[in-house]
Parts: sequence; structure tokens; C-alpha cells
Amino acid sequence: MFEAIAFYLFAFLTIAMFYITVTTSQALYAITALAAGMIFISAFFFILGADFLGAIQIVVYSGAVMALYAFGMMFFDTTRDVKEKQGNKAIILGLSILAAILIVVIFAVPMVSNNITALYPMVAGAGNTQEIGMVLFTKYLVPFEVAAVMLLVAMISGIVLAGKKMDLSLTLMSDEEIEAEKNEKVRS
Amino acid sequence: MELYLYLALFSPLAGSLFAALFGASPKTIVAGVVPSVLLFVSFVSSTILLLHILSGGDAVHVEMMTWMATGNLYIPFGFVVDQVSVTMMMVVTIVSTIVHVYSIGYMDHDKGFNRFFSYLSAFVFSMMVLVMSDNFAGLFIGWEGVGLCSWLLIGFWYEKESATWAANEAFIMNRIADLGMLIGIFLVYWNTGTLQYDKAFAEMQHLDTAILAWMGIFLFIGAMGKSAQFPLHTWLADAMEGPTPVSALIHAATMVTAGVYLVVRANPLYDLIPHVGLFIASLGAFVALFAASMALVNRDMKRIIAYSTLSQLGYMFVAAGLGAYWVALFHLMAHAFFKALLFLGAGNVMHAMHNELDPFKMGGLRKVMKGTFIMMTLASVALAGIYPLAGFWSKDLILEVAMIEHHYIIYSVLLFTAGLTAFYSFRLVALVFHGEERYKLFGVHPHEAYKFMLIAMSPLLILAIIAGAFKMTYFEMVTQVLPATEYHIHSALTYWIMTIGTQLFVILAIAYAYKKYQVAKEDPAMEKRLCYKILINQYYIPYFYEEYLVKPYRELSTIFWKQVDMKIVDATVDGIAKTIYATGEKTREMQSGNLSTMLKWMVAGTVGLLSLAVVFGLAARYSDEIKVFLSGLGV
Amino acid sequence: MIEIGLTHYLVLSTILFAIGLFGVMRRKNLLLLFFATEILLNSVNIAFAAISHYYGDLTGQLFAFFVIAIAASEVAVGLGLLIVWHKRHGNINLDKMSTMRG
Repeated sequence: MFEAIAFYLFAFLTIAMFYITVTTSQALYAITALAAGMIFISAFFFILGADFLGAIQIVVYSGAVMALYAFGMMFFDTTRDVKEKQGNKAIILGLSILAAILIVVIFAVPMVSNNITALYPMVAGAGNTQEIGMVLFTKYLVPFEVAAVMLLVAMISGIVLAGKKMDLSLTLMSDEEIEAEKNEKVRS
Repeated sequence: MELYLYLALFSPLAGSLFAALFGASPKTIVAGVVPSVLLFVSFVSSTILLLHILSGGDAVHVEMMTWMATGNLYIPFGFVVDQVSVTMMMVVTIVSTIVHVYSIGYMDHDKGFNRFFSYLSAFVFSMMVLVMSDNFAGLFIGWEGVGLCSWLLIGFWYEKESATWAANEAFIMNRIADLGMLIGIFLVYWNTGTLQYDKAFAEMQHLDTAILAWMGIFLFIGAMGKSAQFPLHTWLADAMEGPTPVSALIHAATMVTAGVYLVVRANPLYDLIPHVGLFIASLGAFVALFAASMALVNRDMKRIIAYSTLSQLGYMFVAAGLGAYWVALFHLMAHAFFKALLFLGAGNVMHAMHNELDPFKMGGLRKVMKGTFIMMTLASVALAGIYPLAGFWSKDLILEVAMIEHHYIIYSVLLFTAGLTAFYSFRLVALVFHGEERYKLFGVHPHEAYKFMLIAMSPLLILAIIAGAFKMTYFEMVTQVLPATEYHIHSALTYWIMTIGTQLFVILAIAYAYKKYQVAKEDPAMEKRLCYKILINQYYIPYFYEEYLVKPYRELSTIFWKQVDMKIVDATVDGIAKTIYATGEKTREMQSGNLSTMLKWMVAGTVGLLSLAVVFGLAARYSDEIKVFLSGLGV
Repeated sequence: MIEIGLTHYLVLSTILFAIGLFGVMRRKNLLLLFFATEILLNSVNIAFAAISHYYGDLTGQLFAFFVIAIAASEVAVGLGLLIVWHKRHGNINLDKMSTMRG
């Protein structure tokens, strides 16, 4: 009973937040609504007993990702509205719904129809975090390491891209410009 | 003997290919001499073969190579030299050798000299294939080959509109007939399972008369086209547009007689279906009269001779249709000699008169062209059938056949035609060689042809005179393969009355012709008469063809062109192109470079692919049920 | 209605995914377009977690875990690129990015 109430409440909240995110013309509203939606999603994870995932969701999305977006927004002139005139809204809506349903059908139907057995069943008597740790560092060690390297790459690329002088492109500049740039560097 | 067979067959081909080497170069006398020599080789080989057959040798039968062997169909390139084909070979090689030599002189000033000999020798080769083949397929190859060469040679002066028109007319008329011929050959194969003459004819003895009648009719349709029988006769007169040696060789002596040869060759078939034979004979008699009547008034020297050829072909068909195959073949041979001679003589006259064809503009040429005069007169006498020249023996024989077979109508038609023949032949001779010298009005200075041309013609002259003497030898030879029916009038009195009566009738006709045209004057009264108009317009048959066949066909073609070709076929092709083009034009907008649009398209594509995945997934999952459902529907 | 099953979560996931796609197609501002992609990823995460829970299999949760990692890297790189673009062109309007125009 409690679970149902929680589900419907959070479902409503999440949908509302995300709807605001994609429809509002104010960037600030959008980011706020997105952050709220992320937190509400973590609620589902807690309901589902995936405590670790819920924590990660809050930490990563609401903490890191949202902070990044917030910083990013400072670079741009987000107060200026971007005109979003659309051709046919019905087509866009129809396409989105159709695609979503299809994807869910494709992935969910085999599960509903077949009795699949759990590959890595929940370990009895252990907490969610412990369970995940056991599976992650045994079966999924290599993907985990790869993900770590990927995050590192992403971090470096983020720094490099957003760093100083990154608006200059050696490939797009003429020889004279490159020369001038060099001289400037030498002088300073 | 096989060596001589191959020599006789392939020498003309070698000559043709040799002359073809010089096809594009200016006149080289070698291109004329070498084919002539090679043809002489062919002639000598044919003579050796003839002597071999005459001395009682077996028919030479060779199978050069397999042509087609698929399933039950087996057609070899087989050749046979028997009594019938050796006769034809002799006729072909003699006439063609003479015509070749003659042409060296006749085509002297023509810029297509080398080309001419290439075509002419190719024609001889095709004709040899036609007569020597031992099966219907080989015969058909030769048949088409001579048709092609005839087309090339009629249209030899292709820069002349009328020549190309005549060539096409001949070709198309022959195609119509060849369709019949092909159907006939198919019928033969369908019912007998073979195309070899001997096997097919042996098989035919057991077949139903109705089927045999259809075979005979369709084969005869082919023969009608080649031999220009009514109603496919119009091309022969128009074919006179070609050079005169061509007319002599192809349109008098050899190709047009191929139809007769076919009927003679297929004699076991026609023996089984006498009613078709009677039809052939009736048609032949009709054509004989019909063509002779057109020759009466014509004012074109070559056309007169062409109609005469047509008329004589009618005689041959009468004989062949009545079952007197050897008589038909005999007349074919005799006719080839004197008609070729007549044509070559006409060629000389034409040369002398600078291609003037109207005999009313000639006259009195006897003095300047003595040799030609003698030859043409004798050829005309032979054609008219005066004793003892060739025509007498062969043509009177046909009359006797008609008499003995109790076809009195055919007999009287032929007798009357014999008179007409004599009349128009000597009308021509009288107009050309006698009377006052009308050509002087036109400032022409005629001269006799080259001496060697006259010498070349002389063997024909001799043969035209003495061919009748070979009658019994010939009879004994040919009747080994053809039905040996001797035609003798039972009562000697009837025989003499008939013969002398015919002779008198013919001589009277000649005398009348001389009397009427000795002093050639235009006769306006006669020209106003209806019958004259009908005759000079060839019974309005070309007009009829033009108005009621060619024009509607042309209109039909125009309709098909405008309505079907342009609106359906072309429109379909254009439509495909336009659709593709329009698709490209329209879908170009997808490539606007706008990322937002691209995203939308990406989603659309994803949806499409996912739908397919669902459909196929379901189909694979429920394949058994779908099969059951489909089988329930009866698929 | 009272008993919440897998279907409920899948429907929710579908709705969120549709909203995300709608945003992806609608947005012209690149930053807001990134938001929409986050929604897509999150909707999938919900489905993973729900399936994992109802089948007693941890794989789903781990998958969601990796998805979050990827989302984080995507944001880092994407934002970096966005900043570069903004520096060079002074805007982040999707319609203005037409260098791929043929």
C-alpha cells in the first residue's frame, strides 16, 4: 500500500519535472526541473531496493552532472530564449511515443513470456551495496576498469576542450595566423 | 567425289570472300576475274559430278558437320548430289559462270564493281546450299541466303530511291512467304520428327492426308514467294531495278525457280496430296496467263522479260502440280538458258542505249548490234517454243501433260498463253531491232557490247538451241528419283494435230507481232481502251496493295507509334526516370544540414527498423501458426 | 492497481523515454538538448533497476551503474565541446550548426 502510494507519487512528480524540462523556454527552469527529476528517480531505486544505485544517482546526477551543467550554463547566455518553432508537433510526439513503446516491447516481451533465470541472483542476507560490490568486482571487473579509464579520458578531454585557447584550431588556421600566435607566445 | 562436291559448293564462297576483300577499294579487275575462275571451277566440279551420276553412280551424300543436336533434334550440315540436285547445280553453275564473265564487261564502268562480284558469288553459294542440302533446314538457310543476296543486288544502286524501294519490296514479300515456309518446315518436323528429306518423306507415307495437305500448302506458300506467284508476284517486276546480270541470274534462271525446285524436291509429299497439286497447277496456269497479259503492253524492256519469266514459272508449276516433276525440272533448265540469254541481250541493248528501257525509243538496232540481235531473236524463238529449240521440247511437254491429265481448261489457258508469249517476245524484238531508227531522235549512238561478253553468252545460245536434244538422257537420269511418267498422246493423229496446231498458232502470233510493230507507232486509240489501262497498270494490283495494305498498315503503325510506343512504352521509361529524379529532388530536403531535422529523421528511421524487428520477431516466433493459417487459405 | 508490478515500472519508463525523445526532437538549444538525453538515459535506468528487482538478478543494476558512468563522461565531453563551440561562434543554436550542409 505504501509502496503503491510512493510509486504513483514519484511517478507523477518525475513525469511532471521532466515534462517541464523539455517544454520550458527558460534554461534555468529546465535545469532545476531536471535536477529535481533526477532526485525523484532515485526514489524509485530506493523503492526497488537498489540502495546503492539510488545513492549513486543522487551523487552523480544531482551532484556532479548538475553541477557541470550549472557551470556550463554560466558560459552561455542562457537568459536569451532560443526560439523553438516546430513544424509538426503531432509527428514529433507520435514518433517519440511509438519509438518508446517499440523499444519496451522488444525488450520486455521476452522477459514476460519466458521464465528467465537470474544470472547473478541476489545474495541472501547481504545488503544491496555488498551484493553489488561482490558482483562488480568479480564478474564485472573488466568493464568496471574500462569505465574508469573512460571517465578519465572524459575528464581530460573536458579540461582540454574547455581550457584556454581552445577556441583556436591549428587545422582551421592559415600559416600566418599560426606564426602570429607563436610570436605572441614567445613575447609573453 | 566428295572433293568435287565440296569444290562445287565452296568455290563461290571463296570467290565471294575474295571479292569482298576489295569491297571498299576502287575497281580492280582481279575482283571480277577470280570469282569467275572459281565459279568455273565449281562448274567443272558439277560437270564431273553430273558425269558420275550419268554413268550410273550412286548419289553422293556427305555430312559435313553437325549443326544442331539438342534432344531429339538433330540437324547436320548434310549435302546430297543426286539426279535432281545435280541438274540444278549444272543450271546454276553454267548460268552464273556466264553471268560473271558477262558482268566483267557489263559492270565495267560501275564504281561498285568489286562489291558486285562479292554479292553475286555469295548468291551462287547460297543457291548451291539451297539445291545441295539434304534437309529442310539447310534448304531454308540457302533460301534465306538467296533472299538476302537478292535484296543486296536489287538494291545494288542504293543511291536510287526506286532501287531501294524495290529491294525492300522483294525482301518483305519474301518474308511473308517465308513465314509460310517456316510453318511448313515446323509441320514436317512436328509430324515426322526429322528434317532429312529421305526420312521425312518415308515417314509421310503413314500420315493423315489432312496434315500432309497443310504441310504441302505451307511449303507451297514459301515457294510462291520465291517464285513470285500470284498474289506475291509484284516484287519480281520491280526487282528489275537491279543490274541486268542480276536479273538474268537471279530473277530469271536460278532464284525464282527455287520454288519449283522445292515442289520437285518434295514430290513424295505432293504425290500424296493430288488436290493441293491441282491447286498449284491451276494457280500456275492462272499466273502464266496473267503475267503474259501484262507483258503484252508494257513499255519497259526488262519488265516485259520479267513478266515472261513469271509466266514461264507458271508453266513450271502447272507441270509440278500435275505430278510431272521431271517435266517441270526440264522446263526450268531450258528456261534458265534462254531467259538468261534474253536478259543478257537486253543488258547489251540497255548499255548501247545508255540505260534507256522503253523499246518505243529504240528500233533498227539490228544493224549496229548484229550479235545481240541474233542471240535475242533465237532466245525469243526458244521462248516461244518453235521447233527444234529448247522451248519447244519443254513447253510442249507441259501442254501435253495438261492434255493427258484431262485438264482441258488448263490446257487451253496454257495454249493461249503460248500464243501470247510468242506475241510479246516478238513485239519486243520487232520494236528493238527492226523498224526505223527512232533512237536517233534522242541523240544516242548505240554500239555493240564487248566481244568477250558476246562470247560469254554464246554457250547459253548453244544450250538454248540444243537443250531439247538431251531430253531422253535427262529423262533417264532424273526419273531414277522422280516419278517416271512418260507422257505420250495415245493417238498419233491427236499428237500431230496438237503439235502442229500449237506451232502454227505460235507462228501466227509471231507474224502478227511483226506486222503490228514493224512500224512502231503510238496507238492512242488502243491506249484509251479499258483493257489496255488495266494491263499497263498491272491489273491495279500494286495500286491495290498500296492503298489497302500499305497505307492502313502505315496508319496502324503510326497509331502504335503515337499511342503505344510514345504513350505507354516511352512514358513508362520516362516515368521511371522522372520518379527517381523527383524522389531525389524531394528527399534532398532531408539533407538540409540542419541537425534538428536530421535528429527527427534518425528517430523516424529507428522507429521503422524497430517495427521491422517486431514484425520479423513475431513472424519467426509464430512461423508455425502462420504456415497453418496460410495452408488453410490454400496458398 | 495497488500492487505495483514490473509493468508499472515499464510503463513509467516508456513515458519518460517518450518525453526524452520528444525533447531531443524539439529542442534547438544544445544545452537543453543534453538535458533531454539525460532523461532518456534515466528512463532506461529505471527499467533496468525494476527488471533487476523483479527477477532477482543484479545484472540490471550493474547495467544501470555503467549507464550512469557513461552519462557522466558524455556530459563532461559534451559540455567541453559545447564551450568550444560557444567560444568560436557565440551561440549554441542547433539550427545555426549547418557546416554539414551539402
